[in-house]
Amino acid sequence: MRLDILNRGYRPSVKLLFALIRLFSGHPVPDAAKLVFYRPDFYGALAKEFTHEAMRGTSDWSVGDRELMAAYVSKLNESAFCIGAHTATARRAYQDGPMVAAVLADLESAPVAEPLRATLRMLGRLTTEGKLSSEDMREVLSAGVTRQQVEDALAVCVAFNTTDRLADAFGFEVLSPEGFEAGAKYLLKRGYR
Amino acid sequence: MPDEDKKRALHRALVDRVLNGENRASAQHRARAFRNEGLSPALDALIGKVATRPTQVTEADFAAAKASGFSEDQLFELVICAAVGQSARLYEAGLAALAEATVNGEAG
Repeated sequence: MRLDILNRGYRPSVKLLFALIRLFSGHPVPDAAKLVFYRPDFYGALAKEFTHEAMRGTSDWSVGDRELMAAYVSKLNESAFCIGAHTATARRAYQDGPMVAAVLADLESAPVAEPLRATLRMLGRLTTEGKLSSEDMREVLSAGVTRQQVEDALAVCVAFNTTDRLADAFGFEVLSPEGFEAGAKYLLKRGYR
Repeated sequence: MPDEDKKRALHRALVDRVLNGENRASAQHRARAFRNEGLSPALDALIGKVATRPTQVTEADFAAAKASGFSEDQLFELVICAAVGQSARLYEAGLAALAEATVNGEAG
């Protein structure tokens, strides 16, 4: 990563933890995980809580839907690490790689339900334009999405607009396909805490 | 606490922590990075990119900020403030549009 403190600035106990993870998983600790271990009182501890709640807390959106939202937002932000991580996690959650690939290639023609399509469209507009109108929201609501689902989707969007920026600013290393698959397995088992 | 409130409460706590906690960068610098405005030229290049075009951040942006006297720990904080700040504005924009769309309670 672009700051030496994020590569080498960890307490001995954290360095030992990283070594154990590498030993037992066969993969280095992803930079996204390392970031939240650096001075966690400043960012990591609360960021993990918020992201976990957005991605795994109670919601009418499935875990797969929320991982797909994370992947879609990351795709629009062109954030290579997060695209890889959340495309792999969405694929594994849905057990449907072709559908995930279709959404990321062309949302409008992808085989997804209209409420999810309308929600992804809204998140895309917010991410790329930085604003939304009430008319944009009415379109989503009229597709059958509840107000609560919109709020839940906005939380996912916010979590990943933050993480995408940090991934690209700090220069997260893009993992191998096997590394992303291992990360996806972990995220589906343990979440973001 | 209902889950819908929990997400927003956790986000507010995160924003409050990065802006108001006792940290290495000054509260004024953190607030400016969060808002992406009022920064010195050496910081403006880095922070502006984090907020609006993060894929264009380079080693040179960090080097310029360090050369102007900011430590790595201060830049760690300021970059995070910029990312959290831009995302917080998106959250506010989305929630405001939702509130306007449902002002008469006709949806959801």
